[in-house]
Amino acid sequence: MTKRVAIVGIGTTGFRATTPDVSYRELTYEAATKAYVDAGIEPKDVDSFVSTAEDFFEGYSIADEYSPDQLGAVLKPIYTVPGDFIQSLASAYMMILSGIGDISVVQGLSKASNMLSLSEMTTFAMDPIYNRPLKESPHAVAGMEMARFMHESGATREQCAKVVVKNKRNALDNPLAGHGVLIDSDYVLNSEVISFPLTQMDISPHSDGAVVVVLAEEKTAKTLSDKPIWIRGIGWCSDTPGLETRNWGEAIYAQMAAEMSYKMAGIRHPRSEIDFAEINDEFSYKELQHLEAMRICRKKEAGPLTETGGTEITGEFPVNPSGGCLGVGNLYELNGGHKVLEVVRQLRGEAGKNQLKDITTGLAQGWRGVPTATGAVAILSN
Amino acid sequence: MEITEKDVAHTTSKLRFDDIKKGKVLSVKWEPKLNYAWDNGPALGRYLAELKNGRIIAKKCDKCHRTMLPPRMFCELCWRPTGRWVYVRDTGIVNTWVVSYVDWKAGRLNIEGGVRPFTPAIIEIDGTSKGMGILHLLDEVDPWKISRGMKVKAVWKPVKERIGAITDIKYFKPVK
Amino acid sequence: MRRVAIVGAGLTKFVRYAQETPKELAYEGVRMALDSCEMKLSDIECVVHGTAPDAFDGVHMKGEYLSDASGAYRKPYMRHYVGGGTGVLSPIHGWFHVASGMFDTCLVVTEEKMSCAYPHPAGAFLTIFDHTTEQPLYPTLIWIFAIEMNRFMTTHGYRKEDIALVAVKNKKNAIDHPSAQLAAEITVEDVLNSEVMAWPVNRLDISPTSDGAAAIILAAEHVARRVTEKPIWIDGVGWALDTAYWCTRDLYYPDYVEVAARQAYKMSGIREPSKEIHVAEPYDPFTYKELHHIEGLQLCKRGESVQMLVDGVTQRTGNLPCCPSGGALGVGNPIAATGLMKIIEIFLQLREEAGKRQVPGKPTCGLAQAWGDLMQVGTVVVMRS
Repeated sequence: MTKRVAIVGIGTTGFRATTPDVSYRELTYEAATKAYVDAGIEPKDVDSFVSTAEDFFEGYSIADEYSPDQLGAVLKPIYTVPGDFIQSLASAYMMILSGIGDISVVQGLSKASNMLSLSEMTTFAMDPIYNRPLKESPHAVAGMEMARFMHESGATREQCAKVVVKNKRNALDNPLAGHGVLIDSDYVLNSEVISFPLTQMDISPHSDGAVVVVLAEEKTAKTLSDKPIWIRGIGWCSDTPGLETRNWGEAIYAQMAAEMSYKMAGIRHPRSEIDFAEINDEFSYKELQHLEAMRICRKKEAGPLTETGGTEITGEFPVNPSGGCLGVGNLYELNGGHKVLEVVRQLRGEAGKNQLKDITTGLAQGWRGVPTATGAVAILSN
Repeated sequence: MEITEKDVAHTTSKLRFDDIKKGKVLSVKWEPKLNYAWDNGPALGRYLAELKNGRIIAKKCDKCHRTMLPPRMFCELCWRPTGRWVYVRDTGIVNTWVVSYVDWKAGRLNIEGGVRPFTPAIIEIDGTSKGMGILHLLDEVDPWKISRGMKVKAVWKPVKERIGAITDIKYFKPVK
Repeated sequence: MRRVAIVGAGLTKFVRYAQETPKELAYEGVRMALDSCEMKLSDIECVVHGTAPDAFDGVHMKGEYLSDASGAYRKPYMRHYVGGGTGVLSPIHGWFHVASGMFDTCLVVTEEKMSCAYPHPAGAFLTIFDHTTEQPLYPTLIWIFAIEMNRFMTTHGYRKEDIALVAVKNKKNAIDHPSAQLAAEITVEDVLNSEVMAWPVNRLDISPTSDGAAAIILAAEHVARRVTEKPIWIDGVGWALDTAYWCTRDLYYPDYVEVAARQAYKMSGIREPSKEIHVAEPYDPFTYKELHHIEGLQLCKRGESVQMLVDGVTQRTGNLPCCPSGGALGVGNPIAATGLMKIIEIFLQLREEAGKRQVPGKPTCGLAQAWGDLMQVGTVVVMRS
């Protein structure tokens, strides 16, 4: 691949548990305005758009209908990827490489507060014949996975709780985050059991918000931005959707997506060649499982590393300095978008109190949540 | 290659509705109970509040000068924030229409039994810009005498029954 | 930009109620596509899936549910959609995967099992409308298309009996299509006398609801030449969405189709589409839609599509055959799979492998188009042999 592509604009509304003052239209409009101002462009300069939406999350069938207006994309090339935001990013990235224009825009949105039946909705995503009639809680799936992961990796509930404490603490210093709080591990361990070993505090609470990202081909990127953030590698992968046959201990989707992005970026030793990561922590154990799957930690190492502070902002390999899903909120299909946004803010040196020092390369990772086994990874460098 | 009868013969097994209904072929039923509470935002929020007051309010774009219904916080064509709120009338003209014998589930109305067909239409509200229509229903008119450009007026629900919804207008009817 | 070819295709039979699950339908389409070019799943580097809405199959995140049946197990897999335009967007999205240089082969799958929605898939369409300003009125899809048809007819002075000829032509063409659900010899009177759904739309003006799947395989030039002697090249792609405020648009003309078509023509160097395109598959879920789209695609001037139809130009033996497959009206309409069925028809026509449906004159350039959402999206692919 000869062309290089960079992120030249980001915009967000920030993330809060509720956003009663605005509709989904105004949420995206705000994020888009900020992204275009950040990139120094107007919508007419954009060649193509990708929106990220999943029908039942939006509450619309064929939700792509409602994507063009608030992006300034009326009568322009735009389509919808019902996947993680990082998959949309990959789609837009390929569009630029294919020669469909120089500038592409990616959008994602969460109005989770408007969904009153989140649990029922997750059940609706399960196999209609084999799984749904059992009427298991969706958290039972996460609980089963957590148990299997702990068994295989030796990770403890205490180590998982440490992830929650760290991420919610990091969120306190992130003005975009909606769920920052100061707690200790006991608070997590003693919170209500939802689906053992999963407790209430192991689960990320939901948030509303929007993210818009502007991508540009190298030449355009350099004229638009003095701090372009380059997409060095990108990967995505789906393991089986079948609960009966999947590998419950290791996150194969994360492993394969990461390896694809490492190969593209020419990375052999992710731990030393990447400086920090924003990875999916929708449930506490997921952060540990993903760290091992993506070879940032060796097998059985993520728990102890977390326990000894190695993944803190001041640690050897900072993970989720933004506060992650646990501190910012679960944004569903936008989760990967938030990760990309935070990696870009760090690499540009715009992360405020949570700013890391001497960094050049970051990793953003998304997972599509229960009951899926789909994930995506992007490697970004300044 | 050519795709032939033989190629596709075993790709699908054709059933009849009765095979499923009468349980000759087993199936699993699931009625999703998905509820949403929409945040309307400032534009639609005020639109609905004014409907409750028996008035229709639009919003104007200062660049393209369109007076828009439903009101919106930004103009999707000029892509900039909209300006003034403007009350428009509750009369308008029919842009295009349809005489429907089916309901939203594709169930047939009992037309032979005297049920009136639905007559939804795009109505351009007086006071908005040309072509700025809304979807609503027509009534108190012979379905076969509706015509393009026909003048119509809103028939409102009684004040007590209004809830701040598009259905606070029961329908539109012709006026001279 | 790398050249990308279609090298294989699979298509299930379209039926009203299939016993197969959505997964099994997708599997059948994929299996046929792989067999058609003697490729194995291990030769496939990535998969894209086009299907929408989730309400048809009745599974939230149905792209995930369909992934392993679509051959995506442990592969890069991505779903995309633009309402009814999804079928023709699918090869476009697959084309990005290969043209970008990221992959050499891509499996493109489309599936729809509309019969899962009980008792009728029409109910699934209520939630395509604005939840605040439109859904409380309980609109149906048929209403809004009838509204558009009325506007189209009123503007150009078209008559229902002329538009009905589209159904007569397409259902007859479908007699020669092995996957067809509603192939028949009918007359204009049959269309006019079929029950009124929503005037001006009668039952025979509408395509059926269907279950089915379709798949194609895309390959970069160096692979394509190895796999087949007759690669069909994707030469131009275009797609566009208009505003969701559909009541504020003049429905007599599909601007979104024109924008998408011009993008595709520019890419493939086409200046006079009506002369350079030899065979077309415009999307025809309703009779008037074929005509509406022919005008948007610049295959005739605005207001002249009915004359073209009456003169027989769009017949299989005419100068510009349209929907030689039988289209959505004849073959059936499992939405996303229909769009890809049209791509497959052009693929076969350009390879001169369409059997009894083959149009005369050794066509070398063809076009497929789809449309959907709130009468809002156009997707166009130009193909060459």
